[in-house]
Amino acid sequence: MFRWIVWRDLILAWRRRADVLSTVFFFVIVVSLFPLGIGPETQLLRSIAPGVVWVAALLASMLSLGRMFANDYQDGTLEQMLLTPQPLYLLVLGKIVAHWLVAEIPLVLIAPVLGMQFGLSRETLLILFATLLLGTPVLSLIGSVGAALTLGLRGSGVLISILVLPLYIPVLIFGAGGVEASIMGSSPQSHIYLLGAISVLSLTFAPWAAAAGLRISLE
Amino acid sequence: MGCVRGDRRLFSGLNFSLTPGTFVQLTGPNGSGKTSLLRILCGLLAPAEGEVRWQGANIRALGEEYFTTATYLGHRHGIKDELSGVENLRISNALNGVEITEERATTVLGTMGLAGREHLPARLLSEGQRRRVALARLIVCGTTLWLLDEVLTSLDKAAVALIRSLIEEHLANGGIAIVATHQEFELKSGSVQRLELAT
Repeated sequence: MFRWIVWRDLILAWRRRADVLSTVFFFVIVVSLFPLGIGPETQLLRSIAPGVVWVAALLASMLSLGRMFANDYQDGTLEQMLLTPQPLYLLVLGKIVAHWLVAEIPLVLIAPVLGMQFGLSRETLLILFATLLLGTPVLSLIGSVGAALTLGLRGSGVLISILVLPLYIPVLIFGAGGVEASIMGSSPQSHIYLLGAISVLSLTFAPWAAAAGLRISLE
Repeated sequence: MGCVRGDRRLFSGLNFSLTPGTFVQLTGPNGSGKTSLLRILCGLLAPAEGEVRWQGANIRALGEEYFTTATYLGHRHGIKDELSGVENLRISNALNGVEITEERATTVLGTMGLAGREHLPARLLSEGQRRRVALARLIVCGTTLWLLDEVLTSLDKAAVALIRSLIEEHLANGGIAIVATHQEFELKSGSVQRLELAT
């Protein structure tokens, strides 16, 4: 069943490729604007790189969060999902996994390439990749709660950002902090452990919260 | 049972019980609470007062177990535009715990009069054809209680006759169907009841 819901969302994403690509392009453009705007000052670029890439990743995931449940809500497939004999948190988890694969993984894969514009070393690029890989599930997980709560509201896009972005702060601090530590030449280990801990924590609670939010939104 | 939406009390003091093989036609003017009643019966909406019982147990307590016995089709189709008829049918059934093969899905859609269009994305189908894809679920779902909300709109005469025969067969097998509709809907067999909601 879990397999079916992930598969379904992957097919839908494939048939609406433009949505996925626009998120990736947004990420690429935002990150690339900084070196263009600041100029070729390697030292400065290197020191702002972790923050810039991470903040751009947060903003790019904002773009796709609104679609997580809204499309299914409009055509009535979401209420049908609520009426299936499956635990709702499993269905929500399936949608979160699909969102991560579709909207976050492309960002994780392309980030090291963008990092090269900032003159990051190979080890640092690897750490950037690792922190994003560990941190982006949290973006999908916490984002799902915001998406569920704002479902069907007017101006839900802005509302999601206001609701969810503050909750992303810990991920941002430890994600960007890990990359920064690597630039400074110290070990990013502690940051990565903490990111892992946040991932596990949100994996435990976010699907429940999002499921409860969906029930409220669909009443 | 009673229902309040916003500040308005749609109905109150509603009390009825149904036995297997019963057909209920739910009528009433627009805004009288037909959809709300069906949504309460399927568990999407909590009644303001009272409760819905299935075989003596409150459906809120039954939880997911209840959904194996009830199918609700709303006036929104629950059809994904990007998916073909076969994909829509297979996925919605798989999520309901009934996995069907592609051949079975094709046959069922053929019965619904969609032969040759099973693999077209649903957005290319007409309103009535999309409704037929949604209704195809009734053939394979295997549930006892059918809650159908305005399902006859945009269907042609042949499709309405098909739905009628589906419901008759369902009732003969001991099923229950509650249908909200404005159209005249006469069944040849089964015990027919009318429930009229007033504003």
